[in-house]
Amino acid sequence: MNKLSLVELKANQKAKVVEILGGVGLKQRLLSLGIYPGRELTKVSNFALRGPVTVKVGRTTLALGYGMAQKILVEII
Amino acid sequence: MIKKIYLVGNPNVGKSVVFSRLTGVEVIASNYPGTTVEFTKGYLNLEGQNLEVIDLPGIYSLEPTSKAEEVAVKLLNELPKEQSIIINILDATNLERNLFLTLQLIEEGFRVVVCLNMCDDAKHRGIDIDVGKLENFLGVPVIATCAVTGLGIKNLIQRLKEAKPPSPKEKLTHQQRWQRIGEIVETVQHLSHRHHTLRELLEDISIRPLGGIFVSSVIIYLSFKLVRFLGETLINKIFDPFFFGIYKSLLINLSNFLGQKGLLHHILIGELIKGEIDFRQSLGLLTTAPYVEFAMVLPYVFAFYLVLGILEDIGFLPRFALLLDNLLHRLGLHGYAIIPVLLGLGCNVPGILATRILESKRERLIASTLISIGIPCVALQAMIFGILGKLGGFYVAGVYLVLFSLWLILGLILNTLLKGYSPELLIEIPPYRFPPFLVIFKKLYIRIKGFLFEALPIVFLGVLFVNILLYFGWFDLFTGLFSGLVKGLFGLPKEAVISLAVGFLRKDVAVGMLVPLNLTPKQLFISTCLLAISFPCMATFIVLWKELGFKDFLKATLIMVISGLIVGGVLNFFLH
Repeated sequence: MNKLSLVELKANQKAKVVEILGGVGLKQRLLSLGIYPGRELTKVSNFALRGPVTVKVGRTTLALGYGMAQKILVEII
Repeated sequence: MIKKIYLVGNPNVGKSVVFSRLTGVEVIASNYPGTTVEFTKGYLNLEGQNLEVIDLPGIYSLEPTSKAEEVAVKLLNELPKEQSIIINILDATNLERNLFLTLQLIEEGFRVVVCLNMCDDAKHRGIDIDVGKLENFLGVPVIATCAVTGLGIKNLIQRLKEAKPPSPKEKLTHQQRWQRIGEIVETVQHLSHRHHTLRELLEDISIRPLGGIFVSSVIIYLSFKLVRFLGETLINKIFDPFFFGIYKSLLINLSNFLGQKGLLHHILIGELIKGEIDFRQSLGLLTTAPYVEFAMVLPYVFAFYLVLGILEDIGFLPRFALLLDNLLHRLGLHGYAIIPVLLGLGCNVPGILATRILESKRERLIASTLISIGIPCVALQAMIFGILGKLGGFYVAGVYLVLFSLWLILGLILNTLLKGYSPELLIEIPPYRFPPFLVIFKKLYIRIKGFLFEALPIVFLGVLFVNILLYFGWFDLFTGLFSGLVKGLFGLPKEAVISLAVGFLRKDVAVGMLVPLNLTPKQLFISTCLLAISFPCMATFIVLWKELGFKDFLKATLIMVISGLIVGGVLNFFLH
């Protein structure tokens, strides 16, 4: 299976979260917004030059900074 | 035995609108997360008992991740659980994410009543929720509402007494909780396929890079045009006709009655310019003071806050934050910092207060310093347009260009010099919603009232102060001290010192005082830039001190003084 980060995922691709690198604080924040291992999401877009990444999780649209998006590993489904 | 009612919910669920429906108290309800760091209180009469209702800042879970969320969780745990009722407000268009907090609250043993808000919007989007089934799943009352129209609010109040402490439940792990939510949503929510509406299309386009830039540019351009149009129309159609038509003739009578001279005449009417009252130059308590505030500044304050209020509530700002994230990262901030900056364009005080939504101390220092230096408040901008604008739009654009460049350069420098790193953006992008006019006008009313209460006394005192200095010819004491600096470095006449000093009281009055000096365009340009950069007004000063603490406040002040000196000097030596 191919793990890649949210940054590498392409726009409009659907994927499943496999792992979140980073501390408890980050995991907690993402979890309360509905991003956790096993969760499916769709990438909407990313902004050039290490700009933010936007994803759709359920009916929620979220924007994440580039660094944070790098720490979220997903696999394409 | 019930003492308080708490309103709890995710950001952007219309919590503040429910609050004002329940209590009838005026509150500011905004579409972006984090505005209500300070909670709002009101009262609701429930069966003869006057209960305190508290509107908590939006939270996603009971584990706080920002200052605002901390406040909310702390408040919730202030009272024993039997003594409070929680109205948990949910956005029906996003049941799944909202239920996370609901389940946590029920597990913790709070008395919960669920208010399923925005039901009308859910229907438009083809979402149908079985309220009875949801009630069975949760074991607490669930009431469908549409707070914007007031639908369901009565029902909500009636059913508050049904809130009972739920039977003890085992605590789930976060993952289990999401699983449970999945099951609930599967059963109670029915989605019917709808064609994408124009609004959904716009929502989608505005979070993609090219579409986002396009949509944002259009919105910003239109907002700017609208502010100018409204401001100018108010001035030309209402305020100027009133001042020059009706008010001036009254003043002429008064002036003649007072014999056109003497201390009292000087204080009330001011100096006659070529034998006539000149609203911009006379500097009297009844002439220049009300004219500057009401006919030059107030129309723009009204226009600006009207447009800003709409921008806040339609859900534009988070999308704008997204676009600017990249740029602001280089200044040590993240995209969300654009919200305090935009507020600062109205008045620096609420702008600096709003930096509380930023996570780290470092970010708050950078943002506050940048706001107080490079962001001119609407009062100052109105005067820049009113006075510098007469020389041509080129000069006005020049001031903005100078400020914006300084803003960028300072941000880059601060980001390099200050230890630490800039945190990452993590925000929800809410759907576009058009806010009810009632909410917009209430908010506008509160802001204008606030502006008048704060600005008017200082404007009148400021004008009085300068007026008396002029009458007794005490100018020279003041100007002598700094005239070397002002003349040598900035190329300004020594009288400009007074204007710069008055800038500490009120920027608008200060710009007005440049008029009688008959400055060259270059001098007027430089002094306007200096007024914008050098020192913020007194109110901003005090807030800066309070928010940053003394040490960081000193740093910020030092940066301001240095930037003012450098920019003034550079402009003087390089402009022709």
